[in-house]
Amino acid sequence: MSELVNLTIDGTPVSVPKGTMLIEAAKQAGVLVPHYCYHPSLPSPAVCRMCLVDVEKAPKLAPACVTAVAEGQVVHTQSENAKKAREGVLEFLLINHPLDCPICDQAGECELQDYVFQEGRSSTRYEEYAKRYNPVEDFGKDVLYVANRCILCTRCVRFMDDVAEEPVLCVAERGDRAFIGIDPAHKLTHEWSGNVVDLCPVGSLVSKDFLHKARAWDLDKAPSVCTGCSQGCNVTVETRDDAVVRLKPRPNLEVNRHFICDTGRADYRWMNRGDRVEAPLVREGGKLAATDWLKGLDALAGLVKQAAGNVVVLASGKASVESLALVKKLAGGKLFVQAPVSKDAERPLAGVPNLALRQERAPNGTGAEWLGYSKDWNAGLAAAKGAGLALVVGAELSDAEWAGLKGAKAVAVLAAVDAGFDDLAQVVLPVTTVVEELGAYVNRDGRIQRFWPAKAAPGMARPAWWVAGEAASLASGGSAPQTADEAFRVAAALAPQLSAVQYGELGFTGRAAAGAGVA
Amino acid sequence: MGFPHPSHPKETVVLSKYFGDAGARTHQGWVERGGYQALKKALGMTPDQIIEEVKASGLRGRGGAGFPTGLKWSFMPKGDGKPHFLVCNADESEPGTFKDREIMRWTPHALIEGCAVGAYAIGAERAYIYIRGEFTEPWAIMEKAVAEAYAAGTLGANAMGSGKRIDVVLHRGAGAYICGEETALMNSIEGKRGNPRIKPPFPAQAGLFALPTTINNVETLAAVPHILNRGAEWYKGLCLSSPKSTGTKLFSVCGHVQRPGNYEITMGTPMMTLIDEMCGGMKPGRTLKAVIPGGSSVPIMNAAEAKECLLDYEGVVAKGSMLGSAGMIVMDDSTDMVRMIMRLAKFYAHESCAQCTQCREGTAWTVKILERILAGEGEAKDLDLLMDLADNMTGKTICVLSDSCAAPVVSGIQKFRGEFEAYLSRRRAPAVA
Repeated sequence: MSELVNLTIDGTPVSVPKGTMLIEAAKQAGVLVPHYCYHPSLPSPAVCRMCLVDVEKAPKLAPACVTAVAEGQVVHTQSENAKKAREGVLEFLLINHPLDCPICDQAGECELQDYVFQEGRSSTRYEEYAKRYNPVEDFGKDVLYVANRCILCTRCVRFMDDVAEEPVLCVAERGDRAFIGIDPAHKLTHEWSGNVVDLCPVGSLVSKDFLHKARAWDLDKAPSVCTGCSQGCNVTVETRDDAVVRLKPRPNLEVNRHFICDTGRADYRWMNRGDRVEAPLVREGGKLAATDWLKGLDALAGLVKQAAGNVVVLASGKASVESLALVKKLAGGKLFVQAPVSKDAERPLAGVPNLALRQERAPNGTGAEWLGYSKDWNAGLAAAKGAGLALVVGAELSDAEWAGLKGAKAVAVLAAVDAGFDDLAQVVLPVTTVVEELGAYVNRDGRIQRFWPAKAAPGMARPAWWVAGEAASLASGGSAPQTADEAFRVAAALAPQLSAVQYGELGFTGRAAAGAGVA
Repeated sequence: MGFPHPSHPKETVVLSKYFGDAGARTHQGWVERGGYQALKKALGMTPDQIIEEVKASGLRGRGGAGFPTGLKWSFMPKGDGKPHFLVCNADESEPGTFKDREIMRWTPHALIEGCAVGAYAIGAERAYIYIRGEFTEPWAIMEKAVAEAYAAGTLGANAMGSGKRIDVVLHRGAGAYICGEETALMNSIEGKRGNPRIKPPFPAQAGLFALPTTINNVETLAAVPHILNRGAEWYKGLCLSSPKSTGTKLFSVCGHVQRPGNYEITMGTPMMTLIDEMCGGMKPGRTLKAVIPGGSSVPIMNAAEAKECLLDYEGVVAKGSMLGSAGMIVMDDSTDMVRMIMRLAKFYAHESCAQCTQCREGTAWTVKILERILAGEGEAKDLDLLMDLADNMTGKTICVLSDSCAAPVVSGIQKFRGEFEAYLSRRRAPAVA
């Protein structure tokens, strides 16, 4: 444990490690010092001058983001001097800032709005006619630069310089003519460049994909885990009217700090598919017909019993550890998980250790392996051809792969979307996706991370662990889990790495499993 | 002064002795005039001895801040095993200042000698001289002089046969005022945008290329050889008023005087001796109205303050301003103070590096208000607004450019409020900005 320093911030005594900056120490005292240029994952340039605070015995106001704590320091964030200085900064920032909040995507989650509302002037003293004007510029990929809204905090420049280490942005010009410039030969092509949109405290860097799609206050948000690869970046799934409209990085200092890659960010449209299976389907008279859960579960349990152990499970890499565990309990047999490996090289984020868009494009490959699933997908497809029962759990199969399953004596599918099983499956049961259920994934480093539902499940869809659990109960007796927590305990009983973990301890950022090698 | 006019008898000619003497520009000529003796002497001393001598002389930084030079040198870490750098600030971009230009034009070897002594004293093998981009003639002269010094063995791996390496590297600016700020200058040498850095760390800990660095003004370094040659006591004795201000100082006088130019005077000389006697007084029929004593960044003095002012660090502070770079702008009664202040503010608005919010936005806003007042569209509340903006711009930013913009506005409104009010009340006809 490093040496602790004691100081007082707004009357609250705090003890923080030596070297901590005041702005972070203040958070421990429950005080958020307003700031723009400071960001915990970027170097601090102390240029916005918004975080000025009063330190007793100091000759002038100190920028909290670059002032280290000192023993016995007494800090006032709300002194008249500090408040006037910050009010002054806000006024200066606003004189050239357009009042286009009604059409600005950032409105509602804008730090300029927030702080002006909190401690800005109620009206302007700027009576000059002209504001600075620069045209909107396409920075490439998903990013638009609305120069007029820019407050020159330089977070984007520092992200590209120091984190992405692809310095294509800069501050161009001087004085109040300054704006963010971009190397015309490069644009923002870096795999992680989309993060500049999140880093921008105002609506200056906006996402083309999200442009004018929703107002920030209309969004519902749920913590989740990106399903794009085995890295397991923490994300927030944001929905409007029950449709996912964007994914944002969710801070997790152990995994992805404050960032996600552009591939993961863009990977949400499948969550809104309209061609969902909404009711249990059982084959009657040669056709799949909608039925109720009892009949559907009965049919699945019957198929499993008939197959008498000769079951091949083909599970999606996006299936939770809970679902994989209950499917294992239901079917036994040979277990395979779909964890495709991309031919593209890993795309690391240079400034953050152990963070990259990984080649294995499945979020739960490690969890599946712990539960006895094999990643040898081709072997799984081959085995399924001679199986007594091929049980497909959420996996996305090509037409040829579906056709290959004709060799199996029976096919049962736990499906979210309507796929090529119409002529094939005896039973199709509707299941939820990652954004409609509680569950957990295990990333490549053995970190167990939970996700929460962001939108309602369509029709009668239920989590795959519930479906498999109920079917197992019908097939071989015993009780079925009724909550994700209970389902996780089933998984913990099957995989020793999970056994020491309690759901409630995982929190929002997860933790490394016992004995898991964390790089 | 020496050039273009001969020196005035009341000047104390030390640094400017060879101004106007083209023969002093060459290595040979400089040696004939006693040059490089101080370097020879210095190389036979220990660095600590040199630092003590400079400390004893009372020499203070001539760039503006007036920090004791020997003390600054003593801040350099000793025995840290890292390369050290000396940086000479020859960016001289402060409006009204043109003394370093003349030192480089006429006595380039004086600067090279000072740099070599300074580098040796702080344990550096390399000195960078950062020359203002617009200084084309001084640049050419300095380039030639450095080449000569290398050819003569004065610089290089075996400087003056001492076995010690002293390199002098010239670096040319690109015309940004802010690059005269010491940390921005270092960024500029490193090839980065010339933005001032946050302090701490101070240059002595992490300066150029993040290594221990001392940065001195041209005039400061050029004075060092004289101190070594003639002794600290002699230098300390050059003092007419406050014992904290010693030696001679070059004043660049411009504006409405009969003979503008550089004048080298002993610290503590009355301002009016400089203006009335050396510079020949105001233009015929005109009276003194205001003086900016130390480059455009310092508060303006009115005539009454100027008349009682003694020219040294303490004397100017006592009259509410600062000695700064000693770029003296003298204004007579024909000066429109509002317009003059607007022009100064416009300079700062143009040169703001755009890092800090107060400076980037505040300087430009100040100009807009002043232009509006000049155009006859000002309102009574504008003066309070200007004063409040100046307060919000002072002491809150990384460097002092923002403060420098605010200083003339505040002192101008305080001391020449009537002129502002004449525009506000429409008594004075609108001026074209």
